[in-house]
Amino acid sequence: MLRYVIKRVLTIIPVMLGVSILVFGFIRMIPGDVATVMLGERATPESVARIREQLGLTKPLYEQYLIFMGNALRGDLGNSVLRGEPVMQEIIRRFPATIELTLGAILIALVVGIPAGIISAIRRGTWFDSASMLVALTGVSMPIFWLGLMLILFFSVFLHILPTGARLDGATQFEPITNLLLLDSLLRGNIDIFFQTLRHLALPAIALGTIPMAIIARMTRSAMLEVLSADYIRTAHAKGLKERAVVVNHALRNAWLPVITVVGLQVGHLLSGAILTETVFSWPGIGRWLVDAIYARDFPIVQGVTLFIAIIFVGVNLTVDVLYAWVDPRIKFE
Amino acid sequence: MNAVPLTNAQLEINQILARPPRSLWRDAWRRLLSNRLARLGMAISIFFLAMAAFVPLVFPYDAKTDSDLVNQLKEPSPEHPMGTDEQGRDVVNRIAQGAQASLGVGLSSVLIAVTIGTLLGLIAGFAGHWIDLVLMFLMDIMLSFPGLLLAIAVVALVGPGLRNSLLAIAVVSIPVYARIARSTVLSIKEQEYVTAARCVGAPSPRILFRHVFPNSLSPILVQGTLGIATAILEIAALGFLGLGQQPPYPEWGAMLADSVKYLTSGAWWVLLFPGLAIMLTVLGFNLLGDGLRDALDPRLRVD
Repeated sequence: MLRYVIKRVLTIIPVMLGVSILVFGFIRMIPGDVATVMLGERATPESVARIREQLGLTKPLYEQYLIFMGNALRGDLGNSVLRGEPVMQEIIRRFPATIELTLGAILIALVVGIPAGIISAIRRGTWFDSASMLVALTGVSMPIFWLGLMLILFFSVFLHILPTGARLDGATQFEPITNLLLLDSLLRGNIDIFFQTLRHLALPAIALGTIPMAIIARMTRSAMLEVLSADYIRTAHAKGLKERAVVVNHALRNAWLPVITVVGLQVGHLLSGAILTETVFSWPGIGRWLVDAIYARDFPIVQGVTLFIAIIFVGVNLTVDVLYAWVDPRIKFE
Repeated sequence: MNAVPLTNAQLEINQILARPPRSLWRDAWRRLLSNRLARLGMAISIFFLAMAAFVPLVFPYDAKTDSDLVNQLKEPSPEHPMGTDEQGRDVVNRIAQGAQASLGVGLSSVLIAVTIGTLLGLIAGFAGHWIDLVLMFLMDIMLSFPGLLLAIAVVALVGPGLRNSLLAIAVVSIPVYARIARSTVLSIKEQEYVTAARCVGAPSPRILFRHVFPNSLSPILVQGTLGIATAILEIAALGFLGLGQQPPYPEWGAMLADSVKYLTSGAWWVLLFPGLAIMLTVLGFNLLGDGLRDALDPRLRVD
């Protein structure tokens, strides 16, 4: 097991190197002169020269890369061109908002998706099965930013029961600790803020969670169906076990594996989905920051956030692989 | 010569011989048509494909001159069944005209990605050794980014626009097809008919394209159909972020982006209908793709 984990961890080193080269190459692949592109046509030669200097574009390419890598490994992703703030520091400040949103989305996806899948499989062919699979199919076919807009339109504009966006009401004063507001409000014992955060989180988390929810429901259903037709399930029935015991102790346990994989795979989609959800809901996470940086042509931010998300993505995939091997001893660690 | 009366057994044999020849594709086609959801998906896909192909031909549309500032943001009415947008443009017409952008990008990006991806996958799987290693390493790197993020980054750098987003979406989905093609090649390579072809001295390219490629087609066809759905969602996302189709030209995601500012004023029609168009089209291709999967490989069918 340990050997497998070490081996698997080692395989990501070349991949991460490649990722870093790609991200590094991004800025250099822009057609035309980067500095001019960033500053616009009317930039003065001095400011262009200053930007080129700041981005280190005056040095030879391999040296630029080594500097970039050396800095990145020390947690320095460069500075924003417009505001001068260190990119890494901003990511750390904003990422908790994205984490809170993503976790909320996963939670909704799991809490609704898994039971829906299980019940659909057990009651296969009933109206519940058809209805939930139809909802699931519609769910994966929806653009999440549009779902977000529809949720705002219905719950905020027409019904006035939930806020249209942001993490807290405009007038609220709250000093965060970790910037995970649900946690912070509890740490400070401020239950009002807790519920306010929850109200703000509800719509974006539903919007972001819908696609994973649909995929998890479909996956759970098909995994359960496969398991339920196995011989040991018939044996369990034959020896007179209650339906509940068969499902919970025998079927569910073996249906977990594909579900875990799917949940892991969804994390990447959640991260890119967060870019859209955060834009729709004015959510101050790294996704919206990335979009703003794209509009402002602030390339160090684009570069830094892309690299950061890729690292998270690769890390999550690695964790899923290892978890998978740990849960399923049949996987041979070669 | 007198006709010899046929025995029962001979009759039966004749009947069997008289049956039309069955091929894999014909069988799959029949299974596809017998699947209710797949038929629905096919109908929806054809409807939107026809819309994309014919509406701009039959009803020429000039996005640059289309505006009716007297009728801005009018609610749905008999005259404008889906209302009008911020420039008084008919939403029905804009959706119909915008189909070309969404489906055009969806189809052509998948076509590009399938062609390049399949070729790379076939080569990697068939050649093996260092070629396989290098190609798959490159694919792994691309798969280290969430697809949409990579597409956004590419478009952000090369500049917004429909063509750039098409290319970005195509490039980003190459690894998916490369991996599928490679894994089917790896399993087909060991089949006896490939060994047989090699024994009679067939050159590698011939084995690859005559024997291996046709047999790896069905998973790629399924993935490609589902890929159209994904590509349509991605082009809408890029359009929504202002990176895809540029104003005043219609595209469903860009139409939503134009209308977001009227969200809180309750102009629901400019937001509802373009999104519904995206959802229906994507649903159509998803149903068709699921149906194709069941039809091409009945063993995979769960229920």
